[in-house]
Amino acid sequence: MNSVPGINSLRTGPNDRGRFGDYGGRFVAETLMPLILEVERAYYEAKDDPAFQADLQHHLTHYVGRPSPLWFAERLTQHLGGAKIYFKRDELNHTGSHKANNCMGQILLARRMGKTRIIAETGAGQHGVATATMCALFGLPCTVYMGATDVERQAPNVFRMKLLGAEVKPVTSGAGTLKDAMNEAMRDWVANVQDTYYLIGTVAGPHPYPAMVRDFQSVIGEEAKQQIMQAEGRLPDAAVACIGGGSNAMGLFHPFLDDSSVRLIGVEAGGHGIDTGQHAASLTGGRPGVLHGNRTYLLQDDDGQIIEAHSISAGLDYPGIGPEHSWLHDIKRVEYVSATDREALEAFQLCTRTEGIIPALEPAHALAHVIKLAPTLAADQIIVMNLCGRGDKDIFAVAQHLGVKL
Amino acid sequence: MSRIAAKFAALKAERRGALIPFIEAWDPDKDTSMALLRGMPGAGADLIEIGMPFTDPMADGPIIQAAGKRALAAGIKVRDVLAMVQAFRQDDQTTPIVLMGYLNPILSYGPERFCVDAAAAGVDGLIIVDLPTEEADLLLPFSDANALDFIRLVAPTTDDARLPHVLTGSSGFVYYVSITGITGTRTATAQQLEQAIPRIRKVSDLPIAVGFGVRTPEQAANAARIADGAVVASALIDTLAANLDGDGKALPGTVDKVLDQVRTLAAAVRG
Repeated sequence: MNSVPGINSLRTGPNDRGRFGDYGGRFVAETLMPLILEVERAYYEAKDDPAFQADLQHHLTHYVGRPSPLWFAERLTQHLGGAKIYFKRDELNHTGSHKANNCMGQILLARRMGKTRIIAETGAGQHGVATATMCALFGLPCTVYMGATDVERQAPNVFRMKLLGAEVKPVTSGAGTLKDAMNEAMRDWVANVQDTYYLIGTVAGPHPYPAMVRDFQSVIGEEAKQQIMQAEGRLPDAAVACIGGGSNAMGLFHPFLDDSSVRLIGVEAGGHGIDTGQHAASLTGGRPGVLHGNRTYLLQDDDGQIIEAHSISAGLDYPGIGPEHSWLHDIKRVEYVSATDREALEAFQLCTRTEGIIPALEPAHALAHVIKLAPTLAADQIIVMNLCGRGDKDIFAVAQHLGVKL
Repeated sequence: MSRIAAKFAALKAERRGALIPFIEAWDPDKDTSMALLRGMPGAGADLIEIGMPFTDPMADGPIIQAAGKRALAAGIKVRDVLAMVQAFRQDDQTTPIVLMGYLNPILSYGPERFCVDAAAAGVDGLIIVDLPTEEADLLLPFSDANALDFIRLVAPTTDDARLPHVLTGSSGFVYYVSITGITGTRTATAQQLEQAIPRIRKVSDLPIAVGFGVRTPEQAANAARIADGAVVASALIDTLAANLDGDGKALPGTVDKVLDQVRTLAAAVRG
């Protein structure tokens, strides 16, 4: 494994200001600044502490259920006629998505820091459920902020969080989606700085969150690399993942950044189509700015006001993206494309029928791109796609879009 | 001497602190907001803080969030905030104006162009909520070059070790965020202020204004006595909002209601 990056490595970021190139940083109010610095100190200490790493490893193995399998999707491969398609099956994690990797890491950090209350934001509810789960496991009170629109379209996850003992606070400001939930979580944090740990769910927010969440998610790519070497004896030709904030993609991509033979492809949510303006593709349709503590590509108008994103998938419905992705976009190491709501819905159904796996609408976007990509590649080429979440939570929304009454 | 320094020097001679009322630009519309701004000095405002609307005001509570929403619905742009100040300066050359806002609209406008245009319009200082000292180099060279005061926020969480760092390159006055929390929610006690303000005085000779949670005339008087000024925001916007019609539009008398409240606050600050 190439866990020790060399001098010319793309894996050494961020710098000591929390920047990946021009992106990232710590754009928060002074009230939060001392806390951010405290989280940074505590995280880097924990990272270098073998006892912390052993504890994390223990919990990932025996509670989260890692390693997740790498599955050769043979029927899908035959159906598409082209490259061999492998799924990294992070939907098999406890709680049903990759979010558990990060939540386990951060909850152990919060405990180490002596914090006694956890807050989180959530879009689709996957991160909220994972956070609520870890809080139940460790007996910590948990408050999850969720946009009111998302509370409606992700009702099963809302109920799960409540069963797990979390308080779910619907956020009505803005469009009532992930962006607004994050605003409200930061407002809570600023008011409860003494005892509260903010467990951010994606590779965004002020430094050290983008780096820390990436580190906790990199287990996806590390495992995938080992598993594909075992299965095929070589690295894949392409690794594909969907992107909202970008944590599952960053986790898959990071261990491959220095392997130049591996094409890395991030799939943003194209919503109704990029040209309609109704989408969540910050890299394809946005420009750099500052929101939620970091400088990154954002959907914004000519005057710097943030534009509401749109996606069928609540988990991708975010007008920003993790700063490391912005940098990887600018240096062209990762290709960023988009898939529309409609394409994701089709991919959702295809995956279900050919592989017997109901994917979440988020990775259905990644799959929508794999459907386009695989036939253009040779039969001996390999694609690894991160199947980062399962779709049980989405069946009601999908039924509605397909005109089926449940 | 800058307008801000001159004002605080004059107040020191009067042996009293400053009343610094806040208005959100174009809340709820351009004309009402302009009338409020013009009426503020006569009602007893010593300095005026103008909020620059942003879609995602992370440090603000529901009251100022709603004000920003009304202003954005009225169609305000960054250039319109500057135009307001320019119009105000035609009749008032002495009352310092400080803009308070978030970084992204300024980045979008262009940090250098913003500082040049703000100075030309007659703005005296900037408070950028999400631009901590660690990131200040994005704006500081341009605010310095255009003689705009770069006003820093100090919070209860800013410890003694960090204070000198936070105040590096600060000018105008120090804005003490008196509570851990968002605007318009909690209030610091006089006792808390009496402990906090000397901590800042040890590392800075700049005047100190207290904001976040200053609502009543008594609280304003306390803050202005213990520090050098009191910023009142949410309480004034509350009054404004309570005097709008069902659609959020201004009524005859809306402006007077807010200015009456400024008069009451000013009377308390002047003792």
